[in-house]
Amino acid sequence: MIELLGLVIKTFVVFAIVLTHVAYTTYAERKIIGRAQARMGPMEVGPHGLLQPIADFIKIFFKEDIIPMNAEKLLFKIAPLVVLVFTTINLTVIPFTSDFIIADLNIGVLFILASASVAVYGVILAGWSSNSKYSFLGGIRSASQVLSYEIALGLSLAGVVLMAGSLNLREIVYAQHKTAFGIYAIPQIIGFVVFIIAAFAETNRAPFDLPEAETELVAGYLTEYSAFRYALFFLAEYIAMYVMASICTLCFLGGWTIPKFITDFLPFLEKVPGIVWFAIKVYAFIFLYIWIRATFPRYRFDQLLSIGWKVLIPAGIINIFITAFIKRFAL
Amino acid sequence: MGKLEIEKLSDSNFILQMGPHHPATHGVLRLFCEFEGERVIKITPDIGYLHRGIEKLSETKTYPVAMTLTDRLDYISSMINNIGYCLAVERLLNIEPPPRAKFIRTVVSELTRLSSHLLWLATHALDIGAMTVFLYAFREREQILQFFEKICGARLTVSYPRIGGVRFDINSFVLDEIYKFMDTMLNRIDEYETLLTENRIWIARTKNIGVISAAEAVSLGLTGPALRASGVYYDVRKHMPYDAYNEVEFEVPLGENGDTYDRYLCRIREMRQSVFIVKQCIEKMPKGEIITDKAIDIDISPERKRLFVAEDSLWSGFIAFLDEKRELIPKGEIYSAVEAPKGELGFYIVSDGGGKPYRMRIRAPSFIHISAIPKLCEGHFLADVIAIIGTLDIVMGEADR
Repeated sequence: MIELLGLVIKTFVVFAIVLTHVAYTTYAERKIIGRAQARMGPMEVGPHGLLQPIADFIKIFFKEDIIPMNAEKLLFKIAPLVVLVFTTINLTVIPFTSDFIIADLNIGVLFILASASVAVYGVILAGWSSNSKYSFLGGIRSASQVLSYEIALGLSLAGVVLMAGSLNLREIVYAQHKTAFGIYAIPQIIGFVVFIIAAFAETNRAPFDLPEAETELVAGYLTEYSAFRYALFFLAEYIAMYVMASICTLCFLGGWTIPKFITDFLPFLEKVPGIVWFAIKVYAFIFLYIWIRATFPRYRFDQLLSIGWKVLIPAGIINIFITAFIKRFAL
Repeated sequence: MGKLEIEKLSDSNFILQMGPHHPATHGVLRLFCEFEGERVIKITPDIGYLHRGIEKLSETKTYPVAMTLTDRLDYISSMINNIGYCLAVERLLNIEPPPRAKFIRTVVSELTRLSSHLLWLATHALDIGAMTVFLYAFREREQILQFFEKICGARLTVSYPRIGGVRFDINSFVLDEIYKFMDTMLNRIDEYETLLTENRIWIARTKNIGVISAAEAVSLGLTGPALRASGVYYDVRKHMPYDAYNEVEFEVPLGENGDTYDRYLCRIREMRQSVFIVKQCIEKMPKGEIITDKAIDIDISPERKRLFVAEDSLWSGFIAFLDEKRELIPKGEIYSAVEAPKGELGFYIVSDGGGKPYRMRIRAPSFIHISAIPKLCEGHFLADVIAIIGTLDIVMGEADR
């Protein structure tokens, strides 16, 4: 009973922290892009616009929830929930520090890949049930995009799994800490690059934000959504960004640890709690997301797919072969 | 456009109505698209959502007043529209503005070209997803609009040129400011180029998209950068020089492939040339009058008004000069063109001797460029349609008139 209570409290803590992060990531995104574009970003609500996310939340919560007349009503209502639930569920298997994890699964990596694939059903349903051509195109695009990049994502993580010899995210971090570099980003450089690119596509972020390509498809699968259902999609997108950033941190950047050669050199850094390192790495990845959004144009759909199939997947496979070969014969 | 065509379409194709309310159609252009998957089978543009009857309306206005209507053609380069109209009427009247007015007109023309190209760059890049360029370009455009404000008090619908000159003289302080800004402008153009010109995604999105050969471009009647990108050397500023263009040196940038990327490069190079033209004009700016004595105008001094108002004119507000034949404006017709940012902007005016144009026909480049959309989009994807609309630099105010 106490265990269960502990679990519930943990879940609430994680969810509350993540929601706050999502709210302030939108703020950070607007501020950072604003700076990149020679403007200020939100400034009106609160000092330096700090209350802007709360104002946005209140506004979107009280807006009228419109369901198009010709929409498939049930699916239209379910779709945002599917996306949100299967994105949020990933948070359960992420170890934020060595001892803070909701469910310590043996197959953490697989679980995340699996539930990310289920989340795309929500997007397809949203596109289809809206009964609008723009939404439909957005949904189709999203489906093929996520399917293609899921493979690349899985292949890039396979290299890490091979090196660590475990699918458990905690084990992966421990295994990483024992290596000379302390992070897998250096020995697994191909996998790391493939992962970053696939992560951008997987979360529908620029330059792969085709499903919601604003200028072509108005807002893609989101076109017919309004008010809180619309916000749910956004929530899911930002949570997905955090999940991807966390996986990247855990699998390639050493999670809550820092490389040994740094602590040998600067021993006082060992006293810094692990969650701080974890947060710094995740924030850096989120910053990368935002930075790239401010810088690059958008790929065309066929170009996106050809990058996925012709570049990333072969690179991922080669990476697995190299890793397996070294693991078998060199070590 | 209508029921007939919809019935003819086969069931297997995906039909999409784009616009008139769509973020990427640059105003109120409606595209009737037929896709197979995401590949274009056929595109039919539909226009007329911004029709205000400017050509017909101008027949009811006197010559000086009709100029204000031309502001509303291509509302982001109204200065050049005004100049084009004034030139046509000046040629009809056989008068010429004084040298200072000519140079001032050239300066404001090129500033307008810069601001119009900046707006094109901003929206074109935004359509392709590069949103930072959008705000950078708007930052500089704002500066240019502020110069317009300092010159004539208006930012968009300026109505600054007059038949036979310009309305106000430009203060030398403002000229200095413009001159200084031109140097920063060059750096800023480099800045846009660092974001786009060698960007792999940008090249992938624009190279070999919307290719049009020189012969096809000529036969479709494309003008301006859209024609020059195909390698055809035609620029009204060089071939039929007006204002001070034959007194300044500039190059006409040409492209080779006639694709979206070449059109982009052409316009970027053109912006650099505009900067050089403005600088030369300010250096060579002569002193003197800014409007000729023979000008017909709505705001000339009361003394001159007494000279020029027809004695038996019922409408005392109308000011024009009468020649021996008691004609307000010589009878005849004229076609006169200027190089607008979008292409050749022509005014064909028929005069029956009265104070109002008998007929005014406007050759609007945007209107003609829209007719090239179906040709350019052949075999491309939905995303390319957006890039092609952007690259043609269409303003619906001009296309619908």
